[in-house]
Amino acid sequence: MSQPATTEVPATTQPPMSIKLQGVTKRYGSNLILDNISLDVAPGETVALIGPSGGGKSTLLRCLNCLNTFEAGQIHVGPHILQPDSSGEVPGAVRQQVRRLLGMIFQDFQLFPHLTALQNVIEAPIQVLHRNPEEVRERGMKLLERVGLGARTHAYPHQLSGGQKQRVAIARALAMEPRGLLCDEITSALDPELKGEVLDVLEDLKREGMTLLMVTHEIGFARRAADRVVVLAGGKIVENGPPSQVIDAPQTERTKTFLSRVLG
Amino acid sequence: MTLHFRVLPRHDWRWLLWCAGLVLCLSTTHVSAQDDNKPLIWAADAEGGAPYIYKDPKDPNHNIGFEVDLAQALSRELGRPIVFKQYQFNSLVSGLLRGDFDLAMNGLEVTPDRRAKLLFSHPYYIFQQQLVVRADETRIKSFADCQKLSGITVGTLEDTAALRLLSHDQITTKIYDNQVEPYADLELGRIDAVLLDLPIAVSYAQPNDNLKFVGEPFAEGYYAIALRKDQRELVEKIDRALAKLIANGELQHIYEKWQIWNDEQDKLAHSSSLDVAAESQQLWTLSRYFPLLVDGAKTTVFISLLSMLLAIAIGLPIAMLRLYGPLPLRILATLYVEFFRGIPVLLLLYFLYYGLSGMAKAYGWGHWFDLQPFQAAILGFGLIYAAYESEIYRAGIGSIAPGQWEAAESLGMSKPLTFRRIILPQAMRIILPPMTNDFVALLKDTSVVSVIAVVELTKQYQMLSKSSMKYLEIGIATAALYLVMSVPLGYLSRYLEKRWNKQTLR
Ligand SMILES: Nc1ncnc2c1ncn2[C@@H]1O[C@H](COP(=O)(O)OP(=O)(O)OP(=O)(O)O)[C@@H](O)[C@H]1O
Ligand SMILES: [Mg+2]
Repeated sequence: MSQPATTEVPATTQPPMSIKLQGVTKRYGSNLILDNISLDVAPGETVALIGPSGGGKSTLLRCLNCLNTFEAGQIHVGPHILQPDSSGEVPGAVRQQVRRLLGMIFQDFQLFPHLTALQNVIEAPIQVLHRNPEEVRERGMKLLERVGLGARTHAYPHQLSGGQKQRVAIARALAMEPRGLLCDEITSALDPELKGEVLDVLEDLKREGMTLLMVTHEIGFARRAADRVVVLAGGKIVENGPPSQVIDAPQTERTKTFLSRVLG
Repeated sequence: MTLHFRVLPRHDWRWLLWCAGLVLCLSTTHVSAQDDNKPLIWAADAEGGAPYIYKDPKDPNHNIGFEVDLAQALSRELGRPIVFKQYQFNSLVSGLLRGDFDLAMNGLEVTPDRRAKLLFSHPYYIFQQQLVVRADETRIKSFADCQKLSGITVGTLEDTAALRLLSHDQITTKIYDNQVEPYADLELGRIDAVLLDLPIAVSYAQPNDNLKFVGEPFAEGYYAIALRKDQRELVEKIDRALAKLIANGELQHIYEKWQIWNDEQDKLAHSSSLDVAAESQQLWTLSRYFPLLVDGAKTTVFISLLSMLLAIAIGLPIAMLRLYGPLPLRILATLYVEFFRGIPVLLLLYFLYYGLSGMAKAYGWGHWFDLQPFQAAILGFGLIYAAYESEIYRAGIGSIAPGQWEAAESLGMSKPLTFRRIILPQAMRIILPPMTNDFVALLKDTSVVSVIAVVELTKQYQMLSKSSMKYLEIGIATAALYLVMSVPLGYLSRYLEKRWNKQTLR
C-alpha cells in the first residue's frame, strides 16, 4: 500500500474561498427537495454533510456544481453568484467560473475508461484551460504521486482498484486548480480497507487549506476531520454545528434516529 | 390416420389396394408415353423481350412475339403442346442443364462454348448487329467510327455477340442486363451508341425518333433452340419440323409479320452455307479469368468503402439529431431512418439511376441529377446504410453512462468537447464491431449494383461463368475472393470487441 505523500505540489496556489447559500429552493415536480436552505462555508473549512437517504444531500452538491438548476435563492462561490435567470438557467459564463473554483468527486468515480490515469488528469487542463501540455503533464505526474499513484500513471481505470480509481478522480479534480472540493459519498463504493487511503488524501488536502464540502456516511471520519457537521433531512437543515455537538450530543430527534441507525 | 384404418371393414382394405395398383399402373404408362403426350416446356424471358417474346401491351396476361408464333407452329408440326415457362434470360443455360425445362428458345446465340455443353437445333434465325446512335449524332457514321474516335462508350448486353465484338476491338463498353436500359441511357446521353442484335434494335430503337440506325447490319450469328445433350431424338424431330416451316414459307411469314425478315434469312434453307461453329473455343484458364475477377473485387471494395464513408458521414449526424436534436429535427431524423431502412436497395438504385435522371430531364433540373452508375451505387448504399449506421451509433452513444457527461461537465468541458473527447471514443468501442459486420454485409450487398450497369465481383462471375460454363470452378474462385475480403474483417471485429470489452469495464 502506497501511502499518500504529504509534501510537494500544493493543490492550489490561490487562497481558499468561501461558499454561501441563501434560501436555495429546489423542486422536482411537486416534490420539494431543498427547502429554503441557507448555509455558510468559511474559506478552508471542512464541512461534513450527513443525513438520511433522500434528504437532498446530492442535490445540494449538484446545485453547487451547476449539474442541477434550482428555482429560488442564491449561491455565492467566492466572488461569483449563481442565480437562476428567468429561463431557470444559470448563465453559462458564471457556470464555468464556478466550476473552475469547485471540483467535484463522485461516488462512482466516473473516470474516463478510455484514458490512462495520467490522461484522465491532464485532459481538462489541456482541453479547457489550454495550458502548455508539457507543464500539465509534469504537474499531472506530481498530482498522481501526491495521491500515491506515481507508479500507476499509465494504467487504465479498469486496471486500478476502487481506492486507486477514487484517488485518480481526486487528482483529476485537483488538476484544474480548484479552491474547493465537493465530495459526494466518495468512499461509499469502496471496501473498508480502501476507504482509508482515500480519506487520508482528503485530510491532507484539508491541512493544506482546501475548502471541503463532503457528503459522507463515515461518522468517524466526520468527527475526526470535519470542522462542522450539517444534518440535512427532508430538504431542511435540521442541525448544524461542530462534530462534538452534532454527533456526540444531537439536539433533534431526527438527528438522533439517523445517527443511531448509521452507528448501528 | 391409424385410427381411421382400424374402423375400415376388411373388404375396404382390398379396395384400397386395388386403387393403389391402378394409380401405379397409370403413372408408369404415363412415363413410357412421355415422349409423345407430355407437353414440352419451353423457357424464355418475357420481361422486356420484344420482339422475341414479351407481354402484350394490350393484355399483359398474354405473351406475344416471333418466338411465340414459332413455338405455335412447331407445336403443330410436332403434334405436341409446347408450354411456356418464364425464366430469367441470364439463367437459361444453367436452368436447361439442371433440367428445369425441355428447351430454351429466346434469341439464344449459338457459340462454341455453349455447343460444348448443349445441343442446338438447326438455326431458326440469322441475326446481325445493328449500331444505334442518337438522332443528332454526327461523329459516328459506322461501327468503324466507334473504334477511331476516342472516348466513345457503347452499350450492350452481357454475354452477347455484340459484347465480344466490342471487347475484341477494345471499345469501351457498358453492360446492361435488359434491352430497354441501353437505349434509355443512349437517349439520356450517358453512352454514345448501342450495339445489339438487329431484332432488338428494330423493336426498341426504330420506333424512337430520338435514335437512329447507322451503318449496315453486320456480323452474322445464329439463334437456335437449345436442348440438353441427352435429347438428341427430340432435336432431330425439331429440326425436321423447322425444315418444314422454312420450306413452306411459314417462317418467313412470321418474320415478315415482326419486320425482322431480310435476305440473310434465305441462307437458313441451305445448311451448307451456315457457318455455325466458326469461332475457335476460347481457353478459360485460371490465369485468364482470375484477373477479371480481381478487377470485379476491386470495384466491390471501391463501392463498399465509399458507400460506408458516406453512410458514416450521414449516419452520425442523424444519430446525434435523434439523441440531442430539437423535436422537429428529431422527427425528421426518425423518418429518415424508417424510410431508408424500409425500402429495398434495388428500388433505390433504380430510382437514383434511371428515375432521377428522367425526372431531371422532364423538369429541366440540369445535369446535377444525371448520376453516373458508380455515383448512383455509392449514393444508394450510402443513404440506406446511413440509416443502419445511425441506429448503431445511437445505441452506442446512448449507452455511455450519463455520469461521464457530468464528470466532464464538472471539469468545465463543453458539450461538444465532451462528445468529441470523452463520449465518442468510448462509443466507438461499442460501435466498431457491429459496424465492421455491417461493412461485411455491405461488401456482399453491393452485388446488386449490376442492375445499373456496374460490373463488380458477382456480375463478373455471372458473365465469366456463363460464357465459359465453368460455374463451379469460377464460383469457387469468386467465393474465395469474397472470403479473403470478409473473413479478416470478421476477425478484426471480434478482436476489437474482446479487447475493448475488457477496457470499458469500470
Ligand atoms: N432527477 C430527479 N428527478 C426527480 N426526483 C429526483 C431526481 N434526483 C433526485 N430526486 C429526488 O430528490 C430527493 C433527494 O435526492 P438526493 O439524491 O439529493 O438525496 P441524497 O440525500 O443524496 O440521498 P442518498 O443518501 O441516498 O444519496 C430524492 O427523493 C430523490 O428521489
Ligand atoms: Mg446522494
